[in-house]
Amino acid sequence: MTPLDYAVLFVTLLGIAAYGAWRTRDRRDLNSYLKGAGQTHWLAIGLSVMATQASAVTFLSTPGQGYESGIGFVQNYFGAPFALILICIFFLPLFRRLNVHTAYEFLGRRFDAKTRLLGAALFLFQRGIGAGITIYAPAIVLSTVMGWSLDLTIVCSGLVVIVYTVVGGSDAVSLTQRYQIGVIFAGMITAFFILLAKLPAGLTLGDALTVAGGFHKLEAVDFSIDFNKRYTFWSGILGGMFLALSYFGTDQSQVQRYLHGSSLRESRLGLMFNAVCKIPMQFFILLLGALVFVFYQFERPPVFFNQTVWNREVQHAADSKLPAIEQEFNAAHAEKQRLIQHWLDARHAGDATAEAAARAQALSAYDRSEAVRGRAKDALVAANPALDRKDSDYVFITFILHYLPHGLIGLLVAAFFAATMSSKAGELNALSSTTIVDLYRHVIRRDATDRHYVVASRCFTVFWGLVAIAFALFARMSENLIEAGNIVGSVFYGVPLALFLIAFFLRRIGGTAAFWAAVVTQALVITCYFTLSIGYLWYNFLGCAACVLLSLILQAVIGGPKPVATATA
Amino acid sequence: MKPADKPDPEAETTGLPGLRTWRAVYLVVAGVFVTWVGLLWLLMKRYS
Repeated sequence: MTPLDYAVLFVTLLGIAAYGAWRTRDRRDLNSYLKGAGQTHWLAIGLSVMATQASAVTFLSTPGQGYESGIGFVQNYFGAPFALILICIFFLPLFRRLNVHTAYEFLGRRFDAKTRLLGAALFLFQRGIGAGITIYAPAIVLSTVMGWSLDLTIVCSGLVVIVYTVVGGSDAVSLTQRYQIGVIFAGMITAFFILLAKLPAGLTLGDALTVAGGFHKLEAVDFSIDFNKRYTFWSGILGGMFLALSYFGTDQSQVQRYLHGSSLRESRLGLMFNAVCKIPMQFFILLLGALVFVFYQFERPPVFFNQTVWNREVQHAADSKLPAIEQEFNAAHAEKQRLIQHWLDARHAGDATAEAAARAQALSAYDRSEAVRGRAKDALVAANPALDRKDSDYVFITFILHYLPHGLIGLLVAAFFAATMSSKAGELNALSSTTIVDLYRHVIRRDATDRHYVVASRCFTVFWGLVAIAFALFARMSENLIEAGNIVGSVFYGVPLALFLIAFFLRRIGGTAAFWAAVVTQALVITCYFTLSIGYLWYNFLGCAACVLLSLILQAVIGGPKPVATATA
Repeated sequence: MKPADKPDPEAETTGLPGLRTWRAVYLVVAGVFVTWVGLLWLLMKRYS
């Protein structure tokens, strides 16, 4: 990065943060600090919901997912539109009518104090981890490729978010998210068009899609019923719907975003905006990854995308096999490139038989070059067992640093940090709100002044910010980064969702049955995750279904229909 | 508050041209989803 890139990076990020803090510096009462001034327009709500969900991992890791596994990951989001519709119909009107600050307040009114505390505790635990992943994931990638200190990257980006979230509360989060998502979209769209411009002369978009499809990168929809596959249409619709229902309906980091609306209409339209935009947005990011794959079929890619690690291992081990493997990879790539060109020539000539034969040869050549890449990773791990074999998270940033003009590199890196900050700010704000409303004000200090609660809320924002930074400093992850976040969510989302569904639809079930069903089911889900090998999305559905079923059984054992609390009447 | 006193959330105006009820909004969103899945399927069939 040049001074121009650093100037773009720092002016963009610090400018947005400072503006957000300054505009919202006068939030003094708890209601406006936690829920904002209540004048937010639907588009601002929609962008805020989108920015909270889409962290830097979305924009850094998802293209790598598209590069490595194709665009099938888009199915993960197939359930989201239906979940958002259900939230608009059932969750949102009730939350607004009860004028709650957190989703778990509703559980307290419908069930009892212990169920409210359980819901809040599950949220604080999984979101506390999630906030750590949010800050760690981009930091590990960006610090590695930029040569920055990982710890310093984590601490600096974490502290900036803490400052403006503490100053302005929920309104500062919403305001800054609007500009941050603008920077993110500007960066990603710019990268897309530059990528298209960098494809070889004469290679049309149709050719590029043909190559991507030929290498199985465009297999977007899989209708097979296979529980061991991570992403299918059915796991996306069912598991994805439960994941989205739980995330958007019961996770305070999202509930807080849409409770901002000046009316029910504004909140609903904000959610519907996401219901319409989520799938195309994810498709676009994955397609970007698939096109980066095509680009690297014509431009020689590094044998291992984490180049910092590769170069270090090559330099440190004098008798290393790595240089020889790299030469072998380069030769395999050149052969593959030649065969892909034959394939495209046959396609342009309209010779279907020759095209099929050339494509088969190109696929074989691809398999050979991938086998060399596999051996390179084996050699790396043999030299240093602590190394992570996965390099897909480094694909997109490697492309950006090598092929984008200076200035735009700064914009893209700013986009990644903006995504981190927008997501983390929403999480911190929600963690602080839940701690103050569901724990501190509810259990520890019931009748303090409004000013006291605002000060306490600011202190809890700092506390959770420091917890996230500490988690990030000590985290070590082996999964693709975006999957790590979704896995944590899937293990812990089914049960809270079940509590809300029971509250809405099974009015005969009381707090005690719901509470113990939730405790037992959560323990079961965690045990199953570590002992079974089913796709993680299914845990959203299984955890939810098991909790509902168990609560029905427990209520039957405990006996008698429970009176319906006034909260839902 | 008695149920009869509560305003029906579904009766609130959407303020969207051509979509007067929330049911219509939800149907459009579901229709957009079906369209996206169809387009993704066509893309896959065309280029795989």
